[in-house]
Amino acid sequence: MTLGAYRSNSKMLQELGEVDFMTQNEAALENTAAERVFRRGEDAAILRMSESEIHAYEPLDDRRMVVNMGPQHPSTHGVLRLSLEMEGETVIRSKPIIGYLHTGMEKTGEQLSYLQGATNVTRMDYSSPLFSELAFSLATEKLLEIEVPERAIWIRMLMCELNRISSHLLFQATNGMDIGAVGAMIYGWREREEVLRLLEKITGLRMNHNYIRPGGVAADLPDGWRDDTLRILSNLPERLDDFDGLFTGQPIWHERLQGVGVINSEECLALGVTGPLLRSTGYAWDLRKDMPYLHYDQVEFDVLVGTYGDCFDRFAIRLNEIRESIRIVHQILENIPDGDYRLQDKKITPPPRTRIDESMEALIHHFKIFTEGFKVPAGEVYVAVESPRGELGCYIVSDGGPKPYRMHIRGPSFTNLQVLPHMLQNALVADAIAVISTVDPIMGEVDR
Amino acid sequence: MPKLPLIGDVSRVADEGLEGLDHNFLTGKIEDLVKWSRTRSMWPATFGLACCALEMMATGAAHYDLARWGMEVFRASPRQADLMIVAGRVSQKMAPILRQVYDQMMEPKWVISMGVCASSGGMFNNYALVQGVDQIVPVDVYAPGCPPGPETLMHAILQLHEKIESGEITQRRDQRAGGAGLIVEQRDGQTATQMILGQREQTSG
Amino acid sequence: MAEERDHEEDPSDQIELNTGTSDEELLYEVPMSESRGQKVLHPTRDQYLETITKLSEDGFKVCIDVTAVDYLENPERDIPRSISPERFEVVINLLSHKKKERVRMRIQIPETDPVIPSIFDLYPGSEALEREVFDLFGIEFEGHPDLTRILMPENWNGHPLRKDYDVGGIPVQFKNAPGAG
Repeated sequence: MTLGAYRSNSKMLQELGEVDFMTQNEAALENTAAERVFRRGEDAAILRMSESEIHAYEPLDDRRMVVNMGPQHPSTHGVLRLSLEMEGETVIRSKPIIGYLHTGMEKTGEQLSYLQGATNVTRMDYSSPLFSELAFSLATEKLLEIEVPERAIWIRMLMCELNRISSHLLFQATNGMDIGAVGAMIYGWREREEVLRLLEKITGLRMNHNYIRPGGVAADLPDGWRDDTLRILSNLPERLDDFDGLFTGQPIWHERLQGVGVINSEECLALGVTGPLLRSTGYAWDLRKDMPYLHYDQVEFDVLVGTYGDCFDRFAIRLNEIRESIRIVHQILENIPDGDYRLQDKKITPPPRTRIDESMEALIHHFKIFTEGFKVPAGEVYVAVESPRGELGCYIVSDGGPKPYRMHIRGPSFTNLQVLPHMLQNALVADAIAVISTVDPIMGEVDR
Repeated sequence: MPKLPLIGDVSRVADEGLEGLDHNFLTGKIEDLVKWSRTRSMWPATFGLACCALEMMATGAAHYDLARWGMEVFRASPRQADLMIVAGRVSQKMAPILRQVYDQMMEPKWVISMGVCASSGGMFNNYALVQGVDQIVPVDVYAPGCPPGPETLMHAILQLHEKIESGEITQRRDQRAGGAGLIVEQRDGQTATQMILGQREQTSG
Repeated sequence: MAEERDHEEDPSDQIELNTGTSDEELLYEVPMSESRGQKVLHPTRDQYLETITKLSEDGFKVCIDVTAVDYLENPERDIPRSISPERFEVVINLLSHKKKERVRMRIQIPETDPVIPSIFDLYPGSEALEREVFDLFGIEFEGHPDLTRILMPENWNGHPLRKDYDVGGIPVQFKNAPGAG
C-alpha cells in the first residue's frame, strides 16, 4: 500500500492493494533540488511579460503559440487568468494573471474600526471566512494585550474546524467537477449544506459570518447545538466513505491525478508555499501542531502528509483532513467549558442590549464602541493561523487610534499560486485544470 | 408590405420582433407560447466572481435545486446562455470582460445582479470596484444580500420568469432604456428590512 | 550610544532581550526591538541584503510575507533610536521551521528614492509579493525579474495603498461613511 503515510481508518483505503503509479512519479522523487524555481531567463517556467507584451508576443518557433485561459471560465475557481505558451498541447511557460477580483480591502480596512474589521476580512477567503476573522481578532487581541475567556477559545476552535470541514467539502465538489465528475458537485454540496445550516444556526449567516470578533465571539452557542453537531459528525464518516468509493479507488482519478503537477518540498519552501500543498510533498508542517494557537495543543490529531507531491496526494490529504477535523470536533465537544463567550471588558465589548435601557454608562459605551470604535494601543503585530489553504496571517499596524493604520492579510492562496507555472511546465492542457483545482486557490484572498 | 390575413402588418417584425405584429388572437397566442418557452430552461452563463458564486452553486446543488426550472446547466460559453447572473464584486480590471461576455450573449438576454456588491458596490465603496454592474450592463433583477441565500436567488429568478411571461419586462425595458430594474426582497433566513418591489430611481442614463 | 555585544556567528547564540529602553539590543548586527513579544529587526537599506542572507543561512528558510507600510500620517512610531524614520517601511516576515520561530524585518525607505534590493535570488516566492508592493505602494525592487503591476490594471495611475491616495468612494447618503464627500 503505497499511498503515502496516511493514518486513515477508512476501510476502503485499507482494502486497496497495490496501485499502479505513473513512472513520472518515481522520476520526480529523484529530483529534490529547488533549482528550477530560481530561474530567471527563457528557460524559466514563468512567462515574464506584461499583459500588453503577451498580447504582441510572437514566439520564434512556429509551433508555439500563446493561448489565454480565463478569467471567465467554467473551472469554478474564480477569476484567475492564465496565459499559456504552448507547443501543441504541451504547456511550456505560463503566467497566472490576477487582479480581477481586487477589492481594495486593505484600504477599506483602514477606514473601518476594529469591530467592523471582521466584516471586511471575512470576505477575503470566502470559502473559509472564519479563519480570516480569527487571524484578525487574534492580531487585535495581541495589540490590546487582553486574554480571551476559555469558552470563547473552544468555541472558536469548534467554528474553525467546522469551517475547515465545509471548505474541504467544497474542494471535493469543485475538484470533482473540474476533473469531469460533475456529480461530485451534488455530493460535496450535500454535506456542505448541513454544515452551513449548523453555522447559520450558530452565527446567523451561512457565509461571511462576522462571528469571531476581538474579545471572543459574537454570541453564545444556541440551544441544541450539541445535538446538531453530533448529528453531522455521525453522518459524515459514512458519506466520506462514499467519497472514497467514488473517487479514491477509481482508475480515472488515478490516471488524471497521479503524477500530475509534481513539486518537491525544497521548491515549496523556496516559494513560501504552505498548507496541504506543502504537506503533499512529504513535509509535515502544520501551524496547529508546530506553532499552536488557541488550544490546539490540548487536542489530539494527526498531520497528514503525502509522498509524491502530486495532485492525488493533495486530493487525498484534503479528504482525510476532514476526518481529522471530525476527530478534533469530538474532542472539543468533550472539553468545552462553561463560561463567558466574550471578554466582558466594557471598553471593548458592547453591552447587552437590555442594559442600554437601564444604565447611562452602558449607553455611552455602546455609542462610543459603535461610532468611534475602541482605541487600540500603538504597535505592530503579525499573527498566523492554519487555514484550509495554508498559513493565513494578519499584520496590523496601530497608531493608537480606533482604526487600524495598516491592515494586511497574508493570504495563502497568493503565495501558493506561484507554484502553478512550475507545475504546468511540460504538462498537457487538460492537466492544467486538474492542477489548478488541487492547488485550490480562492481568488478573494489572492486579490484582496 | 401588404397586410397578411389574421396577422396583419408585418413590416415592423424585423426591427421589433414579435411586438411588431398587430395584436390579435393568433399572434397573442404565439407570443404567449414564445414567452412561456423563454422562461422554461433559461440557461445561465457562469459569471461567478466571489462569495456569491458559492451561493449560486448552492442554488444549483441538490438541496435548493435549480434543475426544477431547467437551469442547472451553467453554460460556459456566453453564446449558449440566456441569463447572466453576475455573482460577486466586479473590479475595475474585470469590467471590460463583463461587458465583453454580455455582448457575446444572443438576444433575448437577461441579467440578474446577485448580491449587494454587484447591485451597488456593496460594502466596498472604494477605488477598486465598479459601484454596481448597472454602470456596465443593463440589469433586470437586483437580488440583495451579502451573500443572498439560495432562497433569495430563487426568488429573483422566479420573479424574472414571471415578468417575462407577463410581458412586463419588455415594457419596463422600454421605459428605462436599459434593464428592467426590479428589486426583490430578501427571502432567506437573514432578516433584513422589507424592501418594496419596484423600480429604482433613474439616477444616471 | 547603543550597547554593542560581541556577536559571534554561532547560530545558537540568541541574545536574551531585557526590555530596557535605554539600551539597544543587536541581533545579527542590526538593532532589534520587540513588539508584543515578537522579534523585529531594523536593518538599514544597505544592511538589508546582508542581514537577510545571514538569516536565511541561519535557518529562516521560508519567506512568509513581504509587505509595506506608508507612515505619512504616523511619523512618530516606535523604532530604535539609531534608525531614522522614513516615509515607507518594507516589512519582511521570515519563518524558521527548525526553531519554530518567526522574525520580522522593517526597512526604512525614503520617499524620494523608493528603491530596495529584491530578494528573489534567496526566496523566489517573493516574486509575486514584491510585485504587489510595487503595485500598491510604488516601491521598486532592484533585480526583480518582472516588476509589473499585479493587482491593478496595467495602465493604472497611482499607487492605491499610499496614504495620499484617496479611498475613491462615491458620495453616499450616510454621514461619515467611508468615501463620503
